[in-house]
Amino acid sequence: MIEAHALTKRYGDKTAVSDLSFTIAPGIVTGFLGPNGAGKSTTMRMVVGLDRPTEGSVTVNGRPYRDHVAPLHEVGILLEAKSVHTGRSAYNHLLALAQTNNIPRSRVDEMVDLVGLHEVARKRAGGFSLGMGQRLGIAAALLGDPGTVVLDEPVNGLDPEGVLWIRNLLKGLAAEGRTVFVSSHLMSEMAVTAEHLIVIGRGRLIADTSVAEFVGRASHKVVRVVSPHAAKLRELIVGPDVTVTSGEPSVLEIHGLSNQDIGNVAAEHGIVLYELTPQLASLEDAFMELTRDDVEFKAGQPLAGATAGEVR
Amino acid sequence: MTAATTLDPHPVAVIGARVTTAGVLRSEWTKIRSLRSTYWTIIVTVVVSIGFGAIVSAVQAANWPHASPGDKASFHPVMASLGGIYFGQLGIGVLGVLLVSGEYSTGMIRATLTAVPKRLPVLWAKLAVFSAVTAVAAFLTSFIAFFVGQALLSRQHIGTSLGQSPALRDVVGAALYIIVIGILGMALGALLRNTAAGISTLVGLVFLLPILAEALPSSWTRHILPYMPANAGQALWTDGDVAHLAPWTGFGVLCAYAAAAIALAAYGLMRRDA
Repeated sequence: MIEAHALTKRYGDKTAVSDLSFTIAPGIVTGFLGPNGAGKSTTMRMVVGLDRPTEGSVTVNGRPYRDHVAPLHEVGILLEAKSVHTGRSAYNHLLALAQTNNIPRSRVDEMVDLVGLHEVARKRAGGFSLGMGQRLGIAAALLGDPGTVVLDEPVNGLDPEGVLWIRNLLKGLAAEGRTVFVSSHLMSEMAVTAEHLIVIGRGRLIADTSVAEFVGRASHKVVRVVSPHAAKLRELIVGPDVTVTSGEPSVLEIHGLSNQDIGNVAAEHGIVLYELTPQLASLEDAFMELTRDDVEFKAGQPLAGATAGEVR
Repeated sequence: MTAATTLDPHPVAVIGARVTTAGVLRSEWTKIRSLRSTYWTIIVTVVVSIGFGAIVSAVQAANWPHASPGDKASFHPVMASLGGIYFGQLGIGVLGVLLVSGEYSTGMIRATLTAVPKRLPVLWAKLAVFSAVTAVAAFLTSFIAFFVGQALLSRQHIGTSLGQSPALRDVVGAALYIIVIGILGMALGALLRNTAAGISTLVGLVFLLPILAEALPSSWTRHILPYMPANAGQALWTDGDVAHLAPWTGFGVLCAYAAAAIALAAYGLMRRDA
């Protein structure tokens, strides 16, 4: 369980995280979404006391992280930035971390095997690929058999097999009753991994909701209709609040009416429907919609009047 | 947390996990012994110190029959054998800097401070382990340098022995000096969090500051130079120079600098984001 209360972090004039409050519950995977620079990493660093909040506080299982007697047993963290001495072997890296919390050597061996680094455990971490580095980071995070796992962009640099491995690992950890808090910029990844979402933009909370609700909220209420009498249906329903777009003669995309309304109209007029489907926005669409105004670095807008045809 | 886990088939493995002083000390020992730079920097200190001392001693011995009366009068057999430590100290100093700055430059510090979020135990454990390792290297260096040098000088019967005061104090003092220079390096690494900056500052303090102080009017130099960190510390093992403080006073001044730097480093470690 992670609880943030009015968490705020300013670096000089720049506010990285602003008045952020949330609770991360155990037993499920909670995704942490936000555009680059939204303050995700800063928030995670504050959870484990690497950065000191300017205002507010964050606790893990009811206490500030630094007050726990066995910190590695409370929280396992994988930061986005590398946290390994490049000159030290993977094994010695894990051993040195384990020793601080009196975690036995046997656990180090176990973790090395779990993440599949057995072959390279005695090699210097500086020579590791991005994927191997991530695996070492995961091994370090799980060393203390932590009740809470905080992972910043864990699938970064992993091959498809590794991505799948992380996905199953996260779900497994949550199923064991652990608190799993994971950030990602890959919405598709969150869609298949997370149950709950914390969305931030420019350091502010945008949404704290279940994945299903998040997608539902941002859906455009578009209904796709396939009918042999599409043209007739179109004439019947089109109005000031209803717009209809159509790519093919028999297919309509209707904005502004619910699927019930459309079905009723069709039935009244004896119009045959082959398909009547409310279109859900993808998580990605939902995310773009919600964070549109909160992206810190926007791609340059095209100049007014400079249409594609005029660009030379 | 649930007791049954698929991840950990032996949950008992981490029962009793807690941060302890002994654990943090063991961790720092693992860290220092698992980096190549530790071995290289120690080898530099040992080889350069003993090597220079041997060369100077051999040259002095070979030149002795032709030496001027003035040279003979100012000849100092202990210094001939220990002089290499002027350069050799840099190896241990660099090790001190690297031990902390290396954690910052690689990001290891984040792992370290999440494992020990109270932070200060890490600094004290580092200091203890580093001092112990350095002590072994430093005493080996100064005693071997002394004996090698004296063996070379004894061919002209111009050597001395530990029994002749103040040879023993010089040899022990040189080792203590190396240790404290290393600790100063460690503090600089922690304060500056950057290897290049830490090493440059250490070189500046030990080698350049005295040269700058020499450039001042001599009435000033007399009052300033003895209090420069390296000069103060060298008072313990390079006797005879009137510009020096009393041996243990000088060493005390160097220790005070190192203690102040460590105190600042501790303050910074607690106050600053990692």
